[in-house]
Amino acid sequence: MAAPKILIVAEHDGTQLNPSTAKCVTCARAIPDGDITIAVFAVDGAAVAAQAAALAGIARVVRIDHPANAHALAAVLAPQVAAAAAGYSHVLAPSTTFGKDLLPRVAALLDAPQLSDVMAVDSATRFRRPTYAGNALVTVEVEAGTQLLATVRSASFEAAGATTGASAPIETLALDVEIPTHTRFVSISAATSDRPDLQTARRVVSGGRALGSAENFKILYRLADRLGAAVGASRAAVDAGYAPNELQVGQTGKIISPELYIACGISGAIQHLTGIKDARTIVAINKDAEAPIFEIADYGLVGDLFTILPELERLV
Amino acid sequence: MKKILVGIKRVVDYNVRIRVKPDGTGVVTDGVKMSINPFDEIALEEALRIRERGAASEVIAVSVGSTDCQQQLRTALAMGADRAILVEAGGGVEPPDVARIFHKLIEREQPFAVIVGKQAIDDDSSQAGPMIAALWGRPQATFASKIDIGETTATVTREVDAGLETLEVELPAVFTTDLRLNEPRYVKLPDIMKAKKKPLDTLTLADLGVSARSRLKVLRVDPPSQRQKGIMVKDAASLIEALKSKGLV
Repeated sequence: MAAPKILIVAEHDGTQLNPSTAKCVTCARAIPDGDITIAVFAVDGAAVAAQAAALAGIARVVRIDHPANAHALAAVLAPQVAAAAAGYSHVLAPSTTFGKDLLPRVAALLDAPQLSDVMAVDSATRFRRPTYAGNALVTVEVEAGTQLLATVRSASFEAAGATTGASAPIETLALDVEIPTHTRFVSISAATSDRPDLQTARRVVSGGRALGSAENFKILYRLADRLGAAVGASRAAVDAGYAPNELQVGQTGKIISPELYIACGISGAIQHLTGIKDARTIVAINKDAEAPIFEIADYGLVGDLFTILPELERLV
Repeated sequence: MKKILVGIKRVVDYNVRIRVKPDGTGVVTDGVKMSINPFDEIALEEALRIRERGAASEVIAVSVGSTDCQQQLRTALAMGADRAILVEAGGGVEPPDVARIFHKLIEREQPFAVIVGKQAIDDDSSQAGPMIAALWGRPQATFASKIDIGETTATVTREVDAGLETLEVELPAVFTTDLRLNEPRYVKLPDIMKAKKKPLDTLTLADLGVSARSRLKVLRVDPPSQRQKGIMVKDAASLIEALKSKGLV
């Protein structure tokens, strides 16, 4: 079998390479004997290509500059990625909203199978990935010789470091593909909150139905602010109207892996536990000593939230 | 007829504790509650609201899978879909083939919008929507939290890692739904009775000229490593002390 040729689609904002790309490099390097190329699709990819070329373990960077590449639109990028992918055995992209939007469109254009959210590499044809929100891990094999597309789960791979030698060569690639105009970027508004983003926060304080009201959620916000933490909520709390939808943690909300998760008045429904099981340390505070959350918590405290939370806020 | 096609996948209900079979061949589904994939329920709700605003005239619910999927399609009809199509196929149709099946139905029905969940909560692949859009050669707006349908275009707000992105797409187009798009309605008993009279057609893969391929072979299914039960602390002070000793606060 020929040595694997791996193409990584870089994620960037036009000037900065997104760290998720360096994680794809680590995943690609786990494929034995792989020859790794990073592709940068941009209007002017010079700066991003230079950052990509400095990553350890890659053979080359290809730049595909085009005026249509000002924004990462899947419909615009997919035909270009599909054309650039000719001759590659593997095409990787990060499992971010960028990669999840783009790669399946490329896979369909190439009529190739895709693995989503790869968490481990066993060989060039055998990979592991989570299903059922991480409750069942599958080992999947593709037939040798099949071109494979994969998104890479960022939480499972460390970022590749900088090369100690010379940067990899940067080539420019001109593609002759028709680029659709039916999809237009209008605007982007960054999340405007002084609090850390729930998805990426190192600490999260989360509340359940036991908080009793939206008003009482303020106690949680105060503790979160003391800790520099993001605020989350259980589905029960969201359904009861105590917290907005975007704060929902769990299988149908956000699946998070903070260093510290403090669950306040959350009983621990399965769908919630699914969303937090990769947290490094889980603290549970609940007045019901029998609550299932205590079965998985590293630290449990039985008692009344309305006395414990202000106390914690004072003690931190 | 301004039609919307909605994808309805039958999955293990989100409240069920998933158990991996001891022999590692899959997860236990026998005797387990099955439901509409929650993101597909949101897709259906959105299609119904578009129709109720007068921007669509027919909502068609589509499922690919075993005859058991009729249950979920009946629920979709009870929620308000006008008719349903079951494309009968064995278990585990891979997303590229699901997309080919949808593409064939699109050719038959000529919808102006296809709405599906951003992912199914069983295989978590998150592939079908963009694949349908690619085969159709039409725009895609994934992870939508707001959809405004105009005469010839739609304006969509998408939940992306960097924040909220707004796109304008020409119709027809494919949309995939995020959690924040809407809250699906509850089904009322009279609607369940009415749904029994609504058309539910069954097609085979042969009817559509599609043959399912299996290109991703599942070798093994393992449970994740289990968390150990930790320790109970007696009060707030000892909790803070424990967290401080670990450098967590």
